[in-house]
Formats: sequence, C-alpha cells, structure tokens
Amino acid sequence: MSPAAKSQNPLSPKDRMKVPRQLMPEQPAEARAHNFEEVNLGYNPELAQQEALRCLECAKPTCTDNCPVGIDVKDFVQKIVIGDFLGAAAKIREANVLPAITGRVCPQEDQCEGKCLLSKKVKPLGIGYLERFVADYEQRMGTHIVPKATPTGKKVAIVGSGPSGLTVAGDLIQKGHKVRVFEALHEIGGVLVYGIPEFRLPKQIVREQIEYMRQMGVEFETDVVVGRTVTIDELLNEEGYDAVYIGTGAGLPQFMNIPGEHLNGVYSANEFLTRINLMKAYKFPVFDEPMLDLHGKDVAVIGGGNTALDAIRSALRLGARKAYVIYRRSDAEMPARAEEVHHARQEGIDFQMLTAPVEFLSDGKGWLTGARCVRMELGEPDASGRRRPVPKAGSEFEVPLSVAVIAIGTTANPIVQSTTPGLDTNKRGYIQASEETQRTTRKGVFAGGDIVTGAATVILAMGAGRRAANSIHEYLTTGQW
Amino acid sequence: MFKIIHAQFLAPGIKRFVIEAPRIARKQKPGQFVILRIYEEGERIPVTIENSDPEKGTINIVVQSAGKTTNLLNTLETGDSILDVVGPLGKPSEIHNYGTAVVVGGGVGTAMAYPTAAALKRAGNRVISIVGARNKELVILEKEMREVSDALLITTDDGSYADKGFVTDKLKQLIQNGTRIDLVVAVGPIVMMKAVSELTRKENIHTVVSLNPIMIDGTGMCGGCRVMIDGKSEFACVDGPEFDGHRVNFEVLVQRNAMYRDAEQKSMEEFKRSREEHACIATSDQGEKR
Repeated sequence: MSPAAKSQNPLSPKDRMKVPRQLMPEQPAEARAHNFEEVNLGYNPELAQQEALRCLECAKPTCTDNCPVGIDVKDFVQKIVIGDFLGAAAKIREANVLPAITGRVCPQEDQCEGKCLLSKKVKPLGIGYLERFVADYEQRMGTHIVPKATPTGKKVAIVGSGPSGLTVAGDLIQKGHKVRVFEALHEIGGVLVYGIPEFRLPKQIVREQIEYMRQMGVEFETDVVVGRTVTIDELLNEEGYDAVYIGTGAGLPQFMNIPGEHLNGVYSANEFLTRINLMKAYKFPVFDEPMLDLHGKDVAVIGGGNTALDAIRSALRLGARKAYVIYRRSDAEMPARAEEVHHARQEGIDFQMLTAPVEFLSDGKGWLTGARCVRMELGEPDASGRRRPVPKAGSEFEVPLSVAVIAIGTTANPIVQSTTPGLDTNKRGYIQASEETQRTTRKGVFAGGDIVTGAATVILAMGAGRRAANSIHEYLTTGQW
Repeated sequence: MFKIIHAQFLAPGIKRFVIEAPRIARKQKPGQFVILRIYEEGERIPVTIENSDPEKGTINIVVQSAGKTTNLLNTLETGDSILDVVGPLGKPSEIHNYGTAVVVGGGVGTAMAYPTAAALKRAGNRVISIVGARNKELVILEKEMREVSDALLITTDDGSYADKGFVTDKLKQLIQNGTRIDLVVAVGPIVMMKAVSELTRKENIHTVVSLNPIMIDGTGMCGGCRVMIDGKSEFACVDGPEFDGHRVNFEVLVQRNAMYRDAEQKSMEEFKRSREEHACIATSDQGEKR
C-alpha cells in the first residue's frame, strides 16, 4: 500500500517539492531590536495549509524517529492539510504536553527537520512552525479537552517545574496518578520563565500551558527548595509519595576563572536573564529588582549557545549601543539554534568569532571597562569532537565594555544530591540515571533533564520526562524496581 | 502567602516577625536564612532567621530597614501576609564542641548570631558572646543572648550603654587576658567581620563569618551572590553563607554590594515620596472623620 493511496494531499510528490517552504512572518529586525515582543508572528491557516502540503508522507517517517518525544508528525501534518487543526493539536498532545513551547524553542534543525526527506533536495518541512500554529490555534479556540483518567490512588512528587518536570506531570496525570510539582522559585516554569526571553517565548504562552495542566489536575507548590525545605526521603517516607522525579535542571553557572570576573558589570547569563525575565528588572522602578542601565552602553556575551544569544539580544533591546557575541570557536561549532543566529545577525549583533577574553579590565574602582581578548584558531578535535580552539600568539586586543555576560555553561547543582543518601552521581556531580528508564540508584526515585545530562535543550529534557513518566507508571502499577 | 502571626519592633528600624511557614520551621538550623518577596512587583531579598518553632510551624525573622523593600516590610503588621518566603537556605553552621567559642553579633547581625550561639552552647561549648551596636536603642536580643552565653559583653559605639567602643576591643581584651579561644563566629556589618578576621588571623584563631551578598534565587542558579574565597569564586547561597573569615576577600564583597546603589537610592526616594503622599491622604481622612 503506497502512502499516496490514502493521502488527502492533492499534490503529487513531485509537485510537493515545487512548493517553497513558507516563510515565517516576523517583526522587522529594526523594530524588534528595540522591543520585547515576539520575533516570529506565526503562520495563519493559509500559510500553514500551504506548508503542510509539502509533506512527502514517508512510509518510514524519520522525523518522528528523530523527535525526543516521538510526535507523529506525518499524521498531524495531514490533519492540517484537511483543515482539522484541532485534530492536529490533539494528535501532538498524545506525545507532547507543551506544543506551543516546543514549536517555538526546539532546535528543529537537529531533530525532526534535520531528518526530513525534503531536505535532501529542498528546504525541510517547517515542522516547528506547524506545531506552533496548531498549538496556538487550539489555545485561541479555547477548546481544550481535559482528559479525566480513573484515579490509581498513587501519588508522585516532581521536583522542578521546568520542561522535563512539566512533561512528567502531564503524562502521569493522564494515567490517573496524583501529581504535585515543587518549584524553588516563586513562579512555575523553570527555565521557560527565568531563562528564555519574552521575544522568543512569551510568558503568557507558558502560563496558558501551565493553566492547562492545572485544569488536568496537576498541583503546584512554589517556594520549595527540595533538599532544603523538604528532603526526598521526607517526601517518600513522611508525605506519602509513591515515587519522586527529580528535574532540577541546569545548575550553577560556570565562570572562566580569568582576572576581573568579580568586577561590577560582569554577570553570569543566568543572573542577567533572571533579572530580566523573572524579576522584570528592565521595568525598574515599577518592578523593584534593579539591573545596570544598558542604554548607550557596550555589552558583550561570552559563549555561543542559545543562552548567550538570549542574553545579548536582550541587552540590545535594553538599549545597548554595541552588542557583541564573543565565541572561541567558529560559526560551524556554535550550539545555538540556527534561526536564533540568523535573527541575531539581522538585528545587528556583532559576532566576534574565534575570540576569547583573557582578562576583564577595571577602572580601578571595581567597575568593568573592557575585556582583553585573544584570537583563536582551530586545532585538533577535542573530547566533544569539535576542533579545539588554540590562541594565536600576539593577537591580543582590547574591547571597551560596560557589561559582560558569561554564558559558557553550568555545573551540577549539589543541593538534592547532597541531601539524599544513596543517590549516586557521576564524576561531574550529575545524578546517575538509566538512559532507558530514568531510574536512579534510589528505589522509587527517577531523574531526567539537565540534572542528569548537563545543560542541553528543552526538548531533550522533555524526552527524558516522557521516558520517566512511562517508567514511573510501570513501577507504580507493577511495584517492581 | 505566608501569614504574619506577630510583628514587633525590637529597636528603632529593627522589627521581628513571627511568620507561619511550617515547612521552613521544621527544617531551619542555625546559620540559615530565607529569601522573601513581599508583593508581585517586589524584589527577592535574603533575610535572617532568628529562631523557629517546629511545633507551631512558625519562624522568626528580624529585619532592619535599609532600602525600599526592608522599609516596606517593616510597615507590615500582625495579620498581614508576605507573598513568598523560601528556605531555609544556605548551609547550616557547623556545630561541634570546640571548647570555648566567642560569638560576635554586630547590629542586626545579632539576630543571626543568636541561634548559632544557642546551638554552640547546647553542644557543650563555653560561649562568650559579644554584642555591639551603634547606641543603646540598637542593642537587640540582649536577654536572649545572655540566656545562651556563659558571659555576655556589650559595646556601643557612642558609649550610651555598657562599654564605649567596638566589638573588636572586647575581643582584643579577651585575647590579651589569655582567654583560650577555639572558635570565633562573627555576624554583622562587613567592616566588623573584616576587623574581627584581621584580629584573629594574627592569633591563628579559627574564625567563621556569615556573608550577605546580593542574591536572587538563593539556590545556586544565578551566581549573583558569588564571593571571593582564596581568590576563587564561591556562591554564598550554596557554599555559604558561612566562610572562613581568613579566606574571604571583603573588599570584593563591599564593592559588589554597592553595584546597585544608584537604583537602590532611587527606589528609596520614590518609596519615601509615596509614603508621604499616603500620609497626607491619611491625615486628611482623619481630619474628615473628626
């Protein structure tokens, strides 16, 4: 049986390849560089249906194989072709509880779209754009179907309300378990609220997704630092939880240990973004949390990941005169999403590639005035498989700066591990968990996301959450560890 | 929401709040702190825990008016609520039987020194406490400190109560008198902790200080509270707040705590102005009632 036989797509495979990838409508670069409104505006139904026509409906869809949560892409895209947008959303929700979020922040080029058959000849199908479209459509229609499962009588504590914790919560509540999510901060969402800026992921979208989870019956408790406010053992033994999932996320920001890092004006990306996104410091004095005024100032971010780009594009929107990305490798090695790099260049971010700071410079009174940098060249591949950057002799130069933001990664947060006896960690301090089942070395305790893998992406954390939810369900129903 | 069960000024500008926070009350240990946020647009600030009652599910915090948030907090009364209180944060004080421990509390720092002094006493130490304040009115928790100390020495900067001078004068006397000191714990203004550490460094007395850098999340995530310990960055919220006073770079702490001085002043001025406006309205209301 050929897939075309039951296809509702009127175009032949050849004609589908002639349809160009539909461009995402976006705010003009000049305008958006000065506001925090979302960059991408989203497809309308016509654009979505036109884009959906491009799907080749492969017999063995590699897009789904390459999706960490296993979304049935072919099926939901076909529903868009016939105009059943709510059906498409429901299809996605079978595998993904946060489609409006992943549709915006997934690195699709490394996941579904990276394996799209179309990309061998033309541009890949805009799977992320389509996912976002149906999720937003469903939200606008307000026709969420909240499934009610038969209660199992089991209850699960989830530590951390970021993407992996929310995924576990969404999956387990649909299987009838009682679920309570503990969050250390005052707002639910983890990195989705403190890390990713408004212009890439509006907080209203996150709130709506969380409201949807509340309607499904998920309970949330903020202001609880598990390990300090309550321990894992207390949750299991005193509060009667049958299982615990640890999804505490990326940990302590790393610094470079170069001179001047303690100067006023040097931020970690986590602090810089938390002040802006969670604390709304850019609305000071309406909001009380302060941050340094960036108007007319020169700002640099050190690093080449999504966090780095989020930070520097935020700085630009807060009035920075010059906004640099200083990255020690080349374009090819940059871990940031391709679309973000493209958008950042359009907005006028100055990319200083193959460059690394060696010292932050001071005015003698404790304030940052610049960075001494060195140019790099790429040598032999290192442990990450990427070519190791090596400093070029005699290439040192100075960049005047008022603010520098360090976005070179994180190390494991020790709070949960150090207060949970028997919970093994690896050499780098991350929690040891099975890659298949997300089980830790403690009975009834599961872990996933950045606290297991080290800093990664929203969708990989959600993939771990999915596996954990299945494995927790199995444990709760069979009682076998 | 966290309900204020009781609010009472201990001294001008220094207020104690008993707050309903059962989870924190159950876990609080000496040396730890909470982070709180009063209202939706508010900032997150670290605040000292003076004591807790696990049975009643309450914690006591002590707050000194300094900037907008602490001033606003100190306008709250019994029956009011605080939007967010999270903790207990930081590593607890290391409590052992050291022998003789000198616990130094400067100003509002006395509130944080108190539970540590009490725990050291319970662990069998001989506890000599030194409490310093600017003047008589600002000496707090005298009775409480006396109860947990074998000896209590008090100094005021202006001599309006007890002995005129600084806490370091008393510490110096103890050392000069040949008192054997196995541990010094100092909690208070940075200049005080620095002076104590410099004094004890010469005598080679193990000294613990409790640092108070600017913080946001308090869980290690943001790195804003980094302090320089032996030339390396450590995070006060997860590695501290207590550190070996001989390894701390106090200059960097002073410098980093001044990072938002302009913004803090602006906040404070606007706060004062709005209070004055409110006061005017309140006065005119009263006028009408009369």
